[in-house]
Amino acid sequence: MSTIPDQRGRFGDFGGRYVPETLMPAILELEQAYAKARQDRAFQAEFAGYLKRFVGRPTSLYFAERLTMRLGGARIYLKREDLCHTGAHKINNSIGQALLAIRMKKTRVIAETGAGQHGVATATAAAMFGLACEIYMGTEDMQRQALNVFRMRLLGATVTGVEAGSRTLKDAINEAMRDWTTNVRTTNYILGSVLGPHPYPMMIRDFQSVIGREARKQILALEGKLPDCLVACVGGGSNSIGLFHAFLKDKQVKMVGVEAAGLGVESGKHAARFAGGRPGVLHGTMTYLLQDEDGQVNLTHSVSAGLDYAAVGPEHSYYHDTGRIHYTSATDDEAMAAFDVLAREEGIVPALESAHAVAEVVKLAPRLKKRQVIIVNLSGRGDKDVQQVARIKGVTL
Amino acid sequence: MINRLDATFDRLRADGRKALIAYIMAGDPSLQETETLVLELEKAGADVIELGVPFSDPIADGPVIQAAAERALRSGTSLRKILGTVASLRARTQVPLVLMAYYNTIHAMGEATFCRLAAEAGVDGLIVPDMPPEEAGPLEGPASVAGLRLIYLLAPTSTPARRTMVARRSRGFVYYVSLTGITGAKLTDVGDVRRNVEKIRSVTDVPVAVGFGIATPQDASRVAEIADGVIVGTAIVRQIGEHQQDPHMPERVGRLVRSLKSAMAGTAVPSA
Repeated sequence: MSTIPDQRGRFGDFGGRYVPETLMPAILELEQAYAKARQDRAFQAEFAGYLKRFVGRPTSLYFAERLTMRLGGARIYLKREDLCHTGAHKINNSIGQALLAIRMKKTRVIAETGAGQHGVATATAAAMFGLACEIYMGTEDMQRQALNVFRMRLLGATVTGVEAGSRTLKDAINEAMRDWTTNVRTTNYILGSVLGPHPYPMMIRDFQSVIGREARKQILALEGKLPDCLVACVGGGSNSIGLFHAFLKDKQVKMVGVEAAGLGVESGKHAARFAGGRPGVLHGTMTYLLQDEDGQVNLTHSVSAGLDYAAVGPEHSYYHDTGRIHYTSATDDEAMAAFDVLAREEGIVPALESAHAVAEVVKLAPRLKKRQVIIVNLSGRGDKDVQQVARIKGVTL
Repeated sequence: MINRLDATFDRLRADGRKALIAYIMAGDPSLQETETLVLELEKAGADVIELGVPFSDPIADGPVIQAAAERALRSGTSLRKILGTVASLRARTQVPLVLMAYYNTIHAMGEATFCRLAAEAGVDGLIVPDMPPEEAGPLEGPASVAGLRLIYLLAPTSTPARRTMVARRSRGFVYYVSLTGITGAKLTDVGDVRRNVEKIRSVTDVPVAVGFGIATPQDASRVAEIADGVIVGTAIVRQIGEHQQDPHMPERVGRLVRSLKSAMAGTAVPSA
């Protein structure tokens, strides 16, 4: 188990908890409850049971033979988080936090969502456990992801549109934090990524690190050795830290996190925090942040709503500065091309978020030797993006 | 040098009176108007003036103050320019000025640089709504050196241990948040506020001011019976927002503040 963060939720210079006093007691309560659950075998067994029977874990590690042949370099494996119930890795975390909410005797859960995947996952977990559920979503995102809004409502959740600011993910988080501030005594806030105040970045990493533990075992069984390189997209960074975490001590395993370069980093319309940001505080944590010189948070752009956020998880900032993880970015166009390649070569339509990771593999694999091995995290499936992709391609459905 | 904030609370306490603390968003609708408004608020009886520093993601604030922050940012307001406004005001008024700034705006300038420049400009105190004392390390030292009072918040949810820790570290005054919610919510349980203010008083001699949810003269009067200071923000900011185009907007705001002040005057009792 990792020795970071420290007691104060610090990953080196990053992390911490920058929240209004009204929330501090709730955050301390959550920290204590999670510290207990983390050591409690019964909790861990219950969590593992739901991951197996409800989510469908372990997800397969799939050798992408045709993609490997086409690129002509390293052997490419896909960690198939797209096969999780609800279509993405997000459900791992929602189940974990919903179980914790029940332990804490909270009867209501709330969540923010951008693309809708975390909202759907949380609405699903809430339905399964019988918890009241309210999801905050920017009205701009509600328009872009109308299908997921309807899915959440089918699952019994209340979906509340947020009109403030840019009407996207960051505004949804602002509103969810305000709800939590107001209803803190009955409500648990199920945050969707390794963001926010301590203990969220640590807790969500722990819940998602099942991805890497499985992948490590699977690749050892399949290849008889550790992979040479891991690749994953980084929005908040939960699927990537989930894959990477079990390999951090394996010094020979390289790791690449792929941010959204949008229309290009030089265009200013992107979400590449390491290329274009500097440390600052947003939503309770100190981390790399896209901001102007006065500390106002910049608007971001990506074709993928799940990567379209101005800050990155604090643990990523730490590994960026130590050099353990290398961060790069893929543009909207590169992601769209990778989306097509994976659909046609492998019969798998990836989420646009995951397509950013595939775009990096398309660049990286040909430069590696044929005996080398890459694992790419296919964090979600692309069903939710089909309408948007059609729109971008100018196709009327 | 004597801090204006401390001097004001000492003077009011000696007179058995309570402080009216008025909040406006700096730069809403412009920094020039902010200067006019500060002078108007003082004339109308505000004892302390809180200047909000606009931030793009104000998680502790409700929609009225968020909208004000958006207007202020559109008018080109920045922390640096606000300090310029404070410096210019200091030629005309000695009313205590407290900045309410989200942490990132201070961090972007640099904690030590900010404290030095703020004190030079004539700022007396500082409230950082998203910075609990646990994260205040980089700011407490420079603030203390510069003579800026770092004011912490307590909430109805704060546990006894936190209440003691936060109250003892707070300088200038303790900001008691009257409700579990955001700015602009409605005050419902004055009895609860009274009990919590008494508990805070039992662990510190620093004045206790109550904010969030105080909108009407009646609210102000009820809270003035309990606390050393009454903080009114959203009700004032709403007036400013609704009458942006009205040349008499500052006088309208002045009338509101006068009504709050006179309601408080009717109920003043010496504090414990």
